[in-house]
Amino acid sequence: MKISIYRYDPDKDEKPYMKEYDVELQHSDHMLLDALVRVKDMDDSFAFRRSCREGVCGSDAMNINGKNGLACVTKIADLKEPVMLRPLPGLPVIRDLIVDMTQFFKQYHSIKPYVINHDAPPERERLQSPAEREQLNGLYECILCACCSTACPSFWWNPDKFVGPAGLLQAYRFIADTRDQETAARLDNLEDPYRLFRCHSIMNCVDVCPKNLNPTQAIGKIKELMVRRMV
Amino acid sequence: MIPVRRFDAIVVGAGGSGMRAALELARADLKVAVLSKVFPTRSHTVAAQGGIAAPLANSTEDNWHWHMYDTVKGSDYLGDQDAIEYMCRRANEVVVELEHMGMPFDRLENGKIYQRPFGGHTQDYGSSKMAMRSCAAADRTGHAMLHTLYQQNVRMNTQFFVEWMALDIIRDPQDGAVLGVTALEMETGEVFILQAKATLFATGGAGRIFYASTNAFINTGDGIGMAARAGFPLEDMEFWQFHPTGVYGAGVLITEGVRGEGGFLVNKDGERFMERYAPNAKDLASRDVVSRAMTTEIKEGRGCGPHADHVLLKLSHIKPEDIMQRLPGIREISIKFANADPIRDPIPVVPTVHYQMGGIPAKYTGHVVIPEGNNTDSIVPGFYAVGECACVSVHGANRLGTNSLLDLVVFGKSAGEQVIKDIKALPSPHRTLPKGAGDSTRARLARLDANAAGERVVDVLTDLRRAMQAHCGVFRFPDDLLKGVEKIKEIADRAQRTFIQDKSKVFNTARVEALELDNLIEAAMATIVSAEARKESRGAQARADFPDRDDKNWMKHTLWYKEGNRLSYKPVHLKPLTVDSFEPKVRTY
Repeated sequence: MKISIYRYDPDKDEKPYMKEYDVELQHSDHMLLDALVRVKDMDDSFAFRRSCREGVCGSDAMNINGKNGLACVTKIADLKEPVMLRPLPGLPVIRDLIVDMTQFFKQYHSIKPYVINHDAPPERERLQSPAEREQLNGLYECILCACCSTACPSFWWNPDKFVGPAGLLQAYRFIADTRDQETAARLDNLEDPYRLFRCHSIMNCVDVCPKNLNPTQAIGKIKELMVRRMV
Repeated sequence: MIPVRRFDAIVVGAGGSGMRAALELARADLKVAVLSKVFPTRSHTVAAQGGIAAPLANSTEDNWHWHMYDTVKGSDYLGDQDAIEYMCRRANEVVVELEHMGMPFDRLENGKIYQRPFGGHTQDYGSSKMAMRSCAAADRTGHAMLHTLYQQNVRMNTQFFVEWMALDIIRDPQDGAVLGVTALEMETGEVFILQAKATLFATGGAGRIFYASTNAFINTGDGIGMAARAGFPLEDMEFWQFHPTGVYGAGVLITEGVRGEGGFLVNKDGERFMERYAPNAKDLASRDVVSRAMTTEIKEGRGCGPHADHVLLKLSHIKPEDIMQRLPGIREISIKFANADPIRDPIPVVPTVHYQMGGIPAKYTGHVVIPEGNNTDSIVPGFYAVGECACVSVHGANRLGTNSLLDLVVFGKSAGEQVIKDIKALPSPHRTLPKGAGDSTRARLARLDANAAGERVVDVLTDLRRAMQAHCGVFRFPDDLLKGVEKIKEIADRAQRTFIQDKSKVFNTARVEALELDNLIEAAMATIVSAEARKESRGAQARADFPDRDDKNWMKHTLWYKEGNRLSYKPVHLKPLTVDSFEPKVRTY
């Protein structure tokens, strides 16, 4: 299998370059991550993140043949060769496929990603009907891999000002939670020309999400709430 | 000189237990650092699926006494009954707290937390009626819990050191107290001493010592290795849980919750074989029991597929809408990794290493304890361990499903509480670091920097994992174990001569993997030496030559020491905190 990988080690490389590998696959290698592990076996200087290898930890997000995805749940058989691997676009590269995600997490933190409820906690669980809980489906499953935000042109231009699809999906996750009492403040927090409204529904986020989530829809719902409270 | 940074407390590991402890510490006015070699939400807790145990009694009658009985029985009577009582009594409290923090549990019609049955969890002290005790967020409970705990830590401004790997423990030669760790900042390659009055390990298990494992790449037993090198014993390391349902070929976990929702296992004849092995609980017997039954079916020629080397997990009789609602993650995994949509097709599965019952000997307060004089549980000043890296021991010889997430939050919380108490009682300045603190770390790194040839890390690692798989499996044979000990010794020697080509300072993952190998070696050696020595079958240790449990000679915890590859033993705590003991009985399901 032929793979071409973006390589850059600031310790020794003046500039980034693409390096070609011819990987001999074993019969048990099905996913792109399996092939990357083989590359690492040949060349231990190749650096990338990985952990759960089942699409739930969000470590091995990268740009695969021009599209963001997780290496561990991308089937080798579905890929055109040579497979071109680059770091997630728009974030500073630390080394090879490892990017600096500080800005991405900063935006996530900026939406106050936790339930805020001012009532004294009851003895037992707060009640929530199955229908109310259903509202969180398609939201809470986010694994913070950053595939979506780094596929979004609006995030590329304004990573410091636009929250980005991942952060906004989570903003709506807490608005949608019946246990949260801060909807108004959460909307205030996004009432700004950039934070929310830089989303132009390009929908790259939906296209790349490895968990099949729909940030654009969540953003639409937040915008709808904004409009509704103005009239 | 290695630069020193000082804190009141450091937490090593940011999975479920580390972050629960951090949250408790955040409530006190302390300077705390939480180290993690991955971003916190990448920790392996994220992969837990089926649920967290708590006798909330939302769907079936339940109470902590029944839960305690099931846990003691599940442990094959090796669990410490004081710790088990402690955990079961605090289960409702910690799970309700998680809900208050915002964890998205599934719900019942009346708005309460949804609970499902799970293996080994029964009503009325082991009756044939199963208890619905597993509190679930679909089949993504670990993900929901880990993210909730991270979010709460964001709220409390916890200081995380992300992508920092702890390397070695620093001890005070005077009294053996733990004074902190050396740690590598992966992005820069710089090494620091992090000194603290309390060092809390929440570093997870070493499931990567086996070739086929449900565990993430990062589960390299770093805390286990550090503790062993620092002279601490490791407890009950022979007990490794084989989860019955790893995806055949891929090793990825399929939750027991599938069987909790009504799924069952069949052999090549389509026979629901668990009915023969566990007439009452059937597919919801304890994991060790189910894994042995599957292995027996396969060995006796009733396995499925062209090589007759796996069995099938059937759930096509469950309503598709229930699968979509309760088991969506499983469906996703099964389609991706087994090419089977469980709505129609059975999932090929095989017992796969999943969980380390043993670990650093600890109390339910989080205190690490070691034998000293006549006291088998003498507290080590400044050292705490929680979660999978610790042996408290609530799981004994076999853990029940859903008790692991519970273990994380109960003992994460209790250790956090204890650290606060202990620090308040200490004088305010830090102790003086011993001369040469960090030298052993420097030597390890210097060797990797200097060596231009030697053993490749990947070769040693692969041989280690294959040897453990071959010599220390579901059923253990005396000759295999003896040969296995010799093999692991040889591999450990080779690990002393590893080299890496990559000498870069920046995010050098080759260096990280070489350092992880050192930790895996300690975990593997502890496992196989302890397993070879234990001449009985109990829980997850099933010996062909000693098929029965031997309470007279072996109702005791193993302690393995790296120095001299030596073993000692200590008694099981049979006395609970407030209730009567559960006397050992023959264990059937």
